[in-house]
Amino acid sequence: MANPKNNAPVRRREPITDTQLLMTITICIFVCMYVLALLIWGGGFKKPQMIFDILNDNAFLIIVSCGLTIVMITGSIDISVGGVTALVAMVGVMILNGNLSLYNGLITALGLSESWRIVFALITALLIGLAFGTVQGFLIAHLQIQPFIITLAGMFFARGMITIVSVDPQKATQNLMDILQKRIEIPWLGSVNKRGVLIPAKMEIGVVVALVIVVLVFFLLRKTKLGRSFYAVGGNQQSALMLGVNVRRSRFMAHLISGLLSGIAGFVFMMHTGAGNATNATAAEMNAIASSIIGGTLLTGGVGNVVGTFFGVLTLNTIKSIVTTSGLRDPWWQSITTGAMLCFFILLQSVVLMRKNRKNGKK
Amino acid sequence: MKQKRFLANYSQLLIPLIAILLLVIFNLFRDPGFFSVGLSTNNNGDPVLQGNLISILNGASELVILSMGMTLVTAASGGQDISVGALAAIAGSVFVKVLKGGDITILTVLGAFLACCAVAMAFGAFNGSLVSFFKIQPMIATLILFTCGRSIAYWINGGATPTVASPILNALGSFIPGIPVPTPILIVILMGILFSLLFRFTTLGLYIQTVGINQSAARLNGINSVGIKLLSFILLGACCSVAGMIGVSRLGLINHETLLINIEMDAILAVAIGGNSLGGGKFKMLGSVLGAYAIQALTITLYAMKVPSTDVKAYKAVVIVLLVVMGSPVVKEWASRIWKKLTSKQEISVRKEAA
Amino acid sequence: MQDDIVMTMRGICKYFPGVKALDHVDFTLRRGTIHALMGENGAGKSTLIKVLTGVYPMDKGEIRIDGVDGPVVIHSPQEAQSFGISTVYQEITLCPNLTVAENMFIGRSQSRGVNWKAMEKRAGELLENLSIPARPKQQLGSCSLAVQQMVAIARAVDTECKVLILDEPTSSLDDKEVEMLFRLMRDLKARGVGIIFVTHFLEQVYAVSDQITVLRNGELVGEYLVKELPQVQLVEKMIGKDIEDLAVIKKNDPAADTHKEIFYAAKGLSSTESRPFDFHIAKGEVNGFTGLLGSGRSESVRAIFGADPVTGGSVQVNGKSTKIAKPLDAMKQGIGYLPEDRKRDGIIADLSVRDNIILALQVIRGMGHPISRAKAEAFADEYIKALNIKTASADTPIKSLSGGNQQKVIVARWLLTHPQYLILDEPTRGIDVGTKTEIQKLVLKLSEEEMSITFISSEIEEMLRTCSRLIVMRDRNTVGELTGEELTQERVMHTIAGGKD
Repeated sequence: MANPKNNAPVRRREPITDTQLLMTITICIFVCMYVLALLIWGGGFKKPQMIFDILNDNAFLIIVSCGLTIVMITGSIDISVGGVTALVAMVGVMILNGNLSLYNGLITALGLSESWRIVFALITALLIGLAFGTVQGFLIAHLQIQPFIITLAGMFFARGMITIVSVDPQKATQNLMDILQKRIEIPWLGSVNKRGVLIPAKMEIGVVVALVIVVLVFFLLRKTKLGRSFYAVGGNQQSALMLGVNVRRSRFMAHLISGLLSGIAGFVFMMHTGAGNATNATAAEMNAIASSIIGGTLLTGGVGNVVGTFFGVLTLNTIKSIVTTSGLRDPWWQSITTGAMLCFFILLQSVVLMRKNRKNGKK
Repeated sequence: MKQKRFLANYSQLLIPLIAILLLVIFNLFRDPGFFSVGLSTNNNGDPVLQGNLISILNGASELVILSMGMTLVTAASGGQDISVGALAAIAGSVFVKVLKGGDITILTVLGAFLACCAVAMAFGAFNGSLVSFFKIQPMIATLILFTCGRSIAYWINGGATPTVASPILNALGSFIPGIPVPTPILIVILMGILFSLLFRFTTLGLYIQTVGINQSAARLNGINSVGIKLLSFILLGACCSVAGMIGVSRLGLINHETLLINIEMDAILAVAIGGNSLGGGKFKMLGSVLGAYAIQALTITLYAMKVPSTDVKAYKAVVIVLLVVMGSPVVKEWASRIWKKLTSKQEISVRKEAA
Repeated sequence: MQDDIVMTMRGICKYFPGVKALDHVDFTLRRGTIHALMGENGAGKSTLIKVLTGVYPMDKGEIRIDGVDGPVVIHSPQEAQSFGISTVYQEITLCPNLTVAENMFIGRSQSRGVNWKAMEKRAGELLENLSIPARPKQQLGSCSLAVQQMVAIARAVDTECKVLILDEPTSSLDDKEVEMLFRLMRDLKARGVGIIFVTHFLEQVYAVSDQITVLRNGELVGEYLVKELPQVQLVEKMIGKDIEDLAVIKKNDPAADTHKEIFYAAKGLSSTESRPFDFHIAKGEVNGFTGLLGSGRSESVRAIFGADPVTGGSVQVNGKSTKIAKPLDAMKQGIGYLPEDRKRDGIIADLSVRDNIILALQVIRGMGHPISRAKAEAFADEYIKALNIKTASADTPIKSLSGGNQQKVIVARWLLTHPQYLILDEPTRGIDVGTKTEIQKLVLKLSEEEMSITFISSEIEEMLRTCSRLIVMRDRNTVGELTGEELTQERVMHTIAGGKD
């Protein structure tokens, strides 16, 4: 029945989707940038530890950005993530310190050892993240309130709660931090110092957590029905509804996952710093948005990838290292270059997508 | 008929008005003297007004001015500018930089203001051109300045936080000798008058709404929508410079890190609480202004209740969520459905009784 | 139930407050046929479709489907789909950012995972089977509109579909794309799918359908075989008695137009969307561009108004050369343009009727010269009365008006600018017959007042009634100009179809 004559001539080259295109650009630029830095300054950039340092410092940011990428793919936004991270870190530290009587009581009642505090801190972190995710998701998906306002309120609430929980900065007890701050040593990526001693590359546990989450979220977005429904909802909400996608559930789940990941990020943050402070993770939400954008996620929704986001975090922080290495030591240069970098990526994406769409429009 | 029209026109002001009213009632219950305004003399022997009401009106000045500009940007572009705080810091830095050089006279202050206004408008134009020419979402476009704006402000003054002291700046930031009303309030009134003149004698309001609602139709009716969006960002830039100037004058110094910190969030909130859609289109600037005062009233109320300033955010968040949930169309629909059910039940029971 | 019947609707009634939308309508669909559902706007076509797909519950009547015993009740589009009834709507309801394969399968599987390989393989087979020129891995947004439409159909067909409803699928496609779609429709027909084809285009009905059911004012006029119903009769059946009312409209004596002063003339005018063409219009003349949708008629008038970026050509207004590069230039020369797509390009949905009426005049006056509130109210009241616009008040947002009244507001917007030349692109699309007549009468009245008017309509009858000169377009080129005696339906059709005599 099919009429083979009518088949359009098949082009060999596989078509590339917007998501793949933007992600490829980011990875290419990151690689170019790093190679350039290697050629010009060599030194620190030659050591793999440079990358590991960036990862160690930003493991929490990677996790937060993964959540934000999901939310942005559905065409929504979550700016509570930084606040939740900070709140979780504060509460976590207080649990470790034994400053919360509820937990102290629990531990003595059950006759558990001090190390159990870590488990309690983790559970609490997940619960706080879930609570934020659930409430925000419900208000946004079911009551259809603008996500910006709701998550802004979420940020205010989380930041306010930090000081309500504790006015004074907290520092976790050393013996528990020793467990948390164990580093994984990778000898074959190490480097030899001036005295000829091999110093192995060191990676924190948080980085492993972050990498696992990147992989999990990648599979969620690529291989599950829920993940694909995020893209559908972000592409065109009305169409998604007509195609039989449960739009409300998708939007709710996106915010729920984002909240949960903020909780995990808070715990990772605490593992890294061991400090509870009102100014923890300041502007993390904006750094996460910037990372996602650099990684090729569009705020308009429907386009984005978590691998791109991962490279977005790396790019953003490599730039900062480059700025310090290049001798621009005045404090303002880091964020001015970051801004310029962001501007460059935003313009690049806008131009690339405009050109691509124009080409398609002309059939 | 006339009444109905009035209601339809101003119904969006209901939410901020209710918020303010609730706060007023709450405060009067808590402390009947909360709103009493007293006349006292300050250090210079000039009469000045004092009281919670004055500190609400005075403290909200920068927020009100920024929310005016934010309303225009929101309406025209359907997005928000998150760089207003950073832009105000840049404007403040320029203001101080110009004044730092020599004697501070009325003329140099005016010159400094013009300079910072020009710089802020230029940055506004930068944001605006990203949005209008390159069709980038406003929040993303302004994320750039949000990220690096305060550093630029720091850079302008070469890494210092210089102070400027002068009776003229004092007059700008607190009181003009002989006038008991704080000057920032007067500046807000002046800005209000300027904007209402702008709307009265130009068609800006109609154009902005048209562009915000239907860009394609706006173009076919001869409206330059790129220009209108750009203009709205430039006007917001001007608002930022005024807010920055007030902020600097209050303290007599520029601190790039803390000047009007987080105010962008409050300004966007003010627009939303004022009943304006964050998706653009129709707007009422008066709504945003009332929204801004409602936010400030809430803050002052919390302060008066001895809530530490760091904790205020959490309580504010709860009130905001309550407000937007009340205003959400879904909730309104639920409410009206329940109301209908209740009334129809009553009707049925009345009918049964009649039978 | 007879063997070849897949679906019957009997005595369907649907009432809305104060309106009988459907009054005892019957509809029968046979296996392997394309059945056109015809009627003017408001005839009840879309209501009937919505009853069938479960969007509206019906008030009376019964629906029977092949393979199901007894009458069925359909509560939702999902339920309709489970009975084998699929719908493809005018606006494409797919996600442009997903791949073709995903768009065909998303929201259908029960499992939690996505098996890309299997999905893409299945999609590839389906696309090849239906000769749809798209690849499974391609992003949907990179396909042309027609292909997107076909992907939507492929999705619908794949769900064990017995009844396929195509609701105005061709309105945004050009000729070639329509032909592609028709091929697909014939292919499906040969596979035994019953297709309900809703459209406004008479030509297309005759090109592809087997049967026609005509509705008018919510009532069934009848069911006919296409072979046995000539086009003129079909139009009569659709329009019914109203044809007499329309016949009252008499256009100006075309002979009188010949020695009139030329108002606007263009040579080699082209835009990014239109090929170069020559055009002129005299004062008081009513002319029209005709041709099928996508023939370039709208693009031509848009070029005149500067709605798309102008790329070349010279323009004279009132004998003086001028440049019209953007809409404002045209407006300043006294040209007005009522766009084809009212929702997208015409109305400012949230603004009041009053603001919508004064908009164009306001723009011409400039930013620094606002129209005072009192004057605006006077203008609005004047035109609401003059054009008989049905609105609660001048303060009502335009979006709450009916389509016909919205269109009148846009007409009022341009009349208020007192244009010398008014371009009306499909002013009668999607509005009720009464308003259509009013607008046609208005056109003739305005031309008597020395206004030049260019009129475009998909309905040739309408053009013949109002225009004294018709420019015929095909494939984005001017292929003929008809005046005087040549203005007959047959002749116009002939020229459009390309039968050069």
